Amino acid sequence: MKVFKDLFRDYRFALSFCVLVVLLILAGLSFFSPYDPTLWGAVPRDLSPSAKYWLGTDSNGQDVFWQATFAVRNSLIISLIAGLVSRVIAVIVGMVSGYKGGATDRVLMFLGDSLLVIPLFLIMVMLSMLVRQYMNLLVLGLLLSFFGWAWDARLIRSLILSLRERDFTQTAILSGTGTLRMVLNEYMPFAMPLIFSTLINNMSWAIGLEMTLAILGLVNMSIPTLGTMLNWAISYQAILLMRWWWIGTPVVLSIFLFIALYWMSVSISEYLDPRTRIQRVGA
Amino acid sequence: MPAQGDPVGRKEGSALAFVKRYLIPRLIQYFLVIFLGITAVFFIPRMTPNDPVQRTLQEMKARGSYLDPGTMDEIIADLTEMYGLGGSWLDQYFAFWGRLFQGDFGVSFFQFPTRVNVLINIALPWTLGLLLTTTFFSWTLGNIIGGLAGYYARRSWSRVLDTVAMIVRPLPYYIFSFGMLLLLAYVVRWFPVSGGMEIGRTVSFSWEFIKDVLWHSVLPALSLVILGGAVMFQTMKLIVQNVNAENFVQYAKLGGVTESRIVGKYVIRNALLPQITGLALSLGQIFSGALITEIVFSYPGLGTLLYNAIITGDYNLIMGITVFSIFAITTAILIVDLTYPLFDPRVRYN
Repeated sequence: MKVFKDLFRDYRFALSFCVLVVLLILAGLSFFSPYDPTLWGAVPRDLSPSAKYWLGTDSNGQDVFWQATFAVRNSLIISLIAGLVSRVIAVIVGMVSGYKGGATDRVLMFLGDSLLVIPLFLIMVMLSMLVRQYMNLLVLGLLLSFFGWAWDARLIRSLILSLRERDFTQTAILSGTGTLRMVLNEYMPFAMPLIFSTLINNMSWAIGLEMTLAILGLVNMSIPTLGTMLNWAISYQAILLMRWWWIGTPVVLSIFLFIALYWMSVSISEYLDPRTRIQRVGA
Repeated sequence: MPAQGDPVGRKEGSALAFVKRYLIPRLIQYFLVIFLGITAVFFIPRMTPNDPVQRTLQEMKARGSYLDPGTMDEIIADLTEMYGLGGSWLDQYFAFWGRLFQGDFGVSFFQFPTRVNVLINIALPWTLGLLLTTTFFSWTLGNIIGGLAGYYARRSWSRVLDTVAMIVRPLPYYIFSFGMLLLLAYVVRWFPVSGGMEIGRTVSFSWEFIKDVLWHSVLPALSLVILGGAVMFQTMKLIVQNVNAENFVQYAKLGGVTESRIVGKYVIRNALLPQITGLALSLGQIFSGALITEIVFSYPGLGTLLYNAIITGDYNLIMGITVFSIFAITTAILIVDLTYPLFDPRVRYN
């Protein structure tokens, strides 16, 4: 509880926490939606916001507000799948690489570096073109997770490298702790904060990439996400027709989401790293 | 081994060590990354359960494009050859590489029978121009402003810039560019909405033409410079704040070295090294970002070419752009990496 209180003293954490809570409530509201998100023509088309339709309706005959609740929920689901699965890969790669060292380390880090260097976006485009017919939230999440681990594996590796040099590692090895137990019981607690802050960053990256792929029409367009919502709005010329409520909703929601996720991750990692904490207090 | 005082012997030794320790590993890595990337491109269409040729044709039909039977046969033949579907996988794989070495990416289906190379060549100058200028400006401006903001971290302007960077930084290229487009081209109509030049204008070396091209590139370039600059700004500011706390800076201050000299020669110069490595590592992302930004502004470079290829299901063209980009980016990174020793004497002599 004290940690929470300390974190809240950072205005960035407080703000991002509030925004994320609001967005989560919005996502939760989708379960109470009066409309089926895949159904077209449920409401009159192209109405501007009113008491009945809070954020107006779109050219598919869908209520923008309720559509947005589904969009936020689905975007969060994709990013959570991508974030969690890629965390598992990053932790395994980072820990094995850092702990084993030698040739294993070099091969794994080379693979990771290649992923960082290659224009991933293009590879993602190629892949999603081919699996488009099977595309759903899970497939997209997994696809993103296979490419999102490289940088974070590197971070975890360097943490393990420094932990390996500490005395307690030697003590544990001498007292007969196995590798697996060692990693899970001794190293994991140290790595947890790092894993958490990279999770938030990775989620933000996944949402952004999903939106980009959706704009290119490379995802399943009948599942509402922030990206597909924006795609529909753009392809129906919502900008030229001045339907700001339709185009604005996914743009504003995603901007809030990106900034909130980033501020949360920055404030948490600054809190965890005492050096920057001192700098902030001192500055 | 020559005596320690012998300058010639030492120099030769260090040059050899440099080649062995720095140059050769970098080159090996360069070729391995290209090998891995191209191999991935080769295998991706083969991993899907259905026949890529039929799949591409279906896709083309689904988009309602009309092709006469003659063209269709040619396309099937070209597709089969491009995917190299004759012979065993190993044969196909070597054939694939053989074509790449000749710089042959096959034929674009939707601008049949234009070769992919030709299309890439037309689009490339636009992307290159945009990418080089924006990377240069975002890197230099981001580093200079970030360095000053780090040195004067307590000033109010430094904090304001920091907050701006905190807001801009997390936005993905698409959303940021799209926001710029909405604000500066639709809400206040300062800049053109799309394109690389006015429709119907012919390429010439007149002042009018250059002015027009520059005018159309302002928004995409501005988006890229602000987004890229924000990242540079933040990392530079952090590094400078850390360098600032080092003993030699404190000592220089106490020793009465002028402030401009400390900032320019001591602090920023030291902080610049990780920024060069950072630039090399993020070139792939910057490139992807430029493609996405081009799509937002319909800027006639590789990004818009890619967009058209996706819309029309032109898989060959997408593949060509991807393979070309892998070559281009890894080479660019290699070049940045090879200039690194110029800035860091430790790499040269260690």
